[in-house]
Amino acid sequence: MAETSEVTDATFEADVMKSDLPVLVDFWAPWCGPCRMVAPIVEELGEEYAGRVNFYKMNTDENPTIPTQYGIRSIPSLLIFKSGELAGTIVGFRPKSDLKKRLEEAIA
Amino acid sequence: MSFDSPQAYDIAVVGGGGAGLTAALYGARARRRTLVFERLITGGQIATTELVENFPGFPQGINGTDFAMNLVQQVEHFGAELRYEDVQAINPQHGKPFRIDTREGSYEAHAVIATAGADYNKLGIPGEEELVGRGVSYCATCDAAFFQDEEVIVVGGGDAACDEALFTTRYASKVWLVHRRETFRASALLQERVFANPKIEVIFNSVVQRISGEQVVETAELINTETGQTHILPVGAVFIFIGQTPNSHLLKGLVELDEGGHAQVDLQMCTKVPGLFVAGDLRTKAARQLVSACGDGATAALAAEAYLAKQGIGEG
Repeated sequence: MAETSEVTDATFEADVMKSDLPVLVDFWAPWCGPCRMVAPIVEELGEEYAGRVNFYKMNTDENPTIPTQYGIRSIPSLLIFKSGELAGTIVGFRPKSDLKKRLEEAIA
Repeated sequence: MSFDSPQAYDIAVVGGGGAGLTAALYGARARRRTLVFERLITGGQIATTELVENFPGFPQGINGTDFAMNLVQQVEHFGAELRYEDVQAINPQHGKPFRIDTREGSYEAHAVIATAGADYNKLGIPGEEELVGRGVSYCATCDAAFFQDEEVIVVGGGDAACDEALFTTRYASKVWLVHRRETFRASALLQERVFANPKIEVIFNSVVQRISGEQVVETAELINTETGQTHILPVGAVFIFIGQTPNSHLLKGLVELDEGGHAQVDLQMCTKVPGLFVAGDLRTKAARQLVSACGDGATAALAAEAYLAKQGIGEG
């Protein structure tokens, strides 16, 4: 399964804010167990939405700026961006079908 | 494979925690076509446990997520399939395989092992739902690091609460461990560590009755259950570990449930519905441990295998 690409504080503007496609960013950290368990679900979604939504993950340990800017106090958190604006936030782990529903709503 | 339903799986496992994954491991190793449904994340409760120290064979303990990931790998290695789908109904069909409906579709399986486990309870107090993800958390191993040098509350008195309180001290400047009774239920060893930890202050006979904050958690209001006195603590986070409720809604009308909502099964994990087994935290039992959940899973899979053989399914 294709691993989700990394986005950083430095590349966030170009990869997320200026993206033509909607973007889902999976905020995670290596010490966060559930984040590691959510990763395969996000990867499955990434394959299902290939060409419609770009998927990235951001390591909150290595990237202090963007997580702070978006007030991330809990991970995993999935943030969905559309046309450079925050269009949806999903905190914690949710059923895959819920993630799809929230993603569809955010990119509609 | 049955001639009637060539698409049917031999064994469907509903729930990918310790019990379910072990059942799938045994099913797959018996060369049964095995499918595991997981609603949330594989590993279940163990995936959010920082350190598992009481599973035999790991003298230094093992990280819960590592344990879960190893188990998933092991299960997939032997050929079981894993689907992240939320099962809505388990339907026995007389003389035919079970039909399992998920939000995404329907599947058939000759035997079903229900291992949907239990979900953590919520306090149900003002501010709790509003501040989830902004200081209210049900997973200290996920979120404790966001509260570096802040004071936090951990609510509960069992193993989970004590384990998470200890973990939280790595980051927080102070941890208030709030428990509604005057003694802990946690194992003696965990209690010793809690009482010995200079960062943890235990508050017995108290409950959190309100969590407040504009954007993030700022304060929590405690009430002493004996004196009725209230007390406001300025904290950055409230971590909640107050027991669990079994996910037995799928079994309602199918099998007998006890008062707590746990399914009653025999020693082989059999229910009164032929071909339907229940294992792990979903069933009535005294020990709710990872090792006993795994043991249940193995027992259920072996019983399912015997059931399938007796039905003449998949022989030769």
